[in-house]
Amino acid sequence: MTPKRKKRLLLIALMVAGVGIAAGFALKAFNENLMFFYTPSDIVAGKAPVDHPIRAGGLVTTGSVKRQADGLTVRFDITDNAETVTIQYTGILPDLFREGQGIVALGELGKDQMFVASEVLAKHDENYMPPEVADALQATHEAGVKGAADTVK
Amino acid sequence: MFNNFFHKMASPRYFYNISGQLIPWLAAACMALFLAGLYYGLVKAPPDYQQGDSYRIMFIHVPAAWMSMFIYVVMAVAGAIGLIWHIKLAEVMAISSASIGASFTFLALVTGSIWGKPMWGTWWVWDARLTSELILLFLYLGVIALYNAIDDKRTAARAVAILALVGVVNIPIIHYSVEWWNTLHQGPTVTKLDKPSIHLSMLIPLLLMAFAFKLYYAFVVLMRARCEVLERERHTGWVRELAETK
Repeated sequence: MTPKRKKRLLLIALMVAGVGIAAGFALKAFNENLMFFYTPSDIVAGKAPVDHPIRAGGLVTTGSVKRQADGLTVRFDITDNAETVTIQYTGILPDLFREGQGIVALGELGKDQMFVASEVLAKHDENYMPPEVADALQATHEAGVKGAADTVK
Repeated sequence: MFNNFFHKMASPRYFYNISGQLIPWLAAACMALFLAGLYYGLVKAPPDYQQGDSYRIMFIHVPAAWMSMFIYVVMAVAGAIGLIWHIKLAEVMAISSASIGASFTFLALVTGSIWGKPMWGTWWVWDARLTSELILLFLYLGVIALYNAIDDKRTAARAVAILALVGVVNIPIIHYSVEWWNTLHQGPTVTKLDKPSIHLSMLIPLLLMAFAFKLYYAFVVLMRARCEVLERERHTGWVRELAETK
């Protein structure tokens, strides 16, 4: 490689590294703003602003979904397996909404820690499988749980 | 000898001849893989346990998104080679890749949006993955616009290479966005290191489609590069000869 080409290679490497470092610092500075939603732990810890539009995301707790008397309003808990936040939402829920499913809700956190959502989005996980496999997984899981319970007895 | 081979490969005339022979083979292989991928993806693969049949759009969406990033890296590397060694063919390959990459990025955004409406409940959200992919589209469009804004094609190629190299920082951001930040977009399925979370019957058509898209890029970029080579070399003897014999 001629000295001239070496110099150009070095310049390009420096430029790419410089841009990379600058972008790294910028993204670090805006880290909070780049988070799409707050987790229940953030909300319980008081990191999320009150009476200000934010998003909350987590898994819908099994058995927590309760329809209210008007038939459209629904209340449910979301969890990140550490803390839990209750969400109230009036409207049509997306197809993938179900207990155990990840969701992201847009709304405001009240002073009573009740999150009133104006929009609920389902968050899909990265797993793809045929229904039979899902059933089989469920069955082995249940068998495992039962087996464990029997051993305790 | 090794050096010699590269010099030969980089000669526009040699490239024009060899690529002309390669294109039909690449195109045929692409079609075969594409048909196989579509057959296994749309007919053979079982429906998903949660999404039913709607998940099948990923056989287009995921390979298109992979290609959008892959082509950008190819473009930036070719641009760098053009800048350092002043190889004309590298400049040609860089600019010929831009519009194909832009098309794949657009395809990934559109198919993702169509899938997002029934599954997430929205066409678009400004989360880190979607936003960084949109920036990628703007980078491609910027590259194309910059190239066309400068009349001297060698100067234009250098300007474009610098823009492409600056934008390359976006590629790791797109890839890791779903891990670094909370996003609505799900995390990686195929590239994560522990056990794959996609069933084999769905993974096979996905990989078939991915290879079909790679081959599509290979033959289309060669076709575009051939046109670009002819235009740039139009005053040379061999192109005139070619024009006279045809």
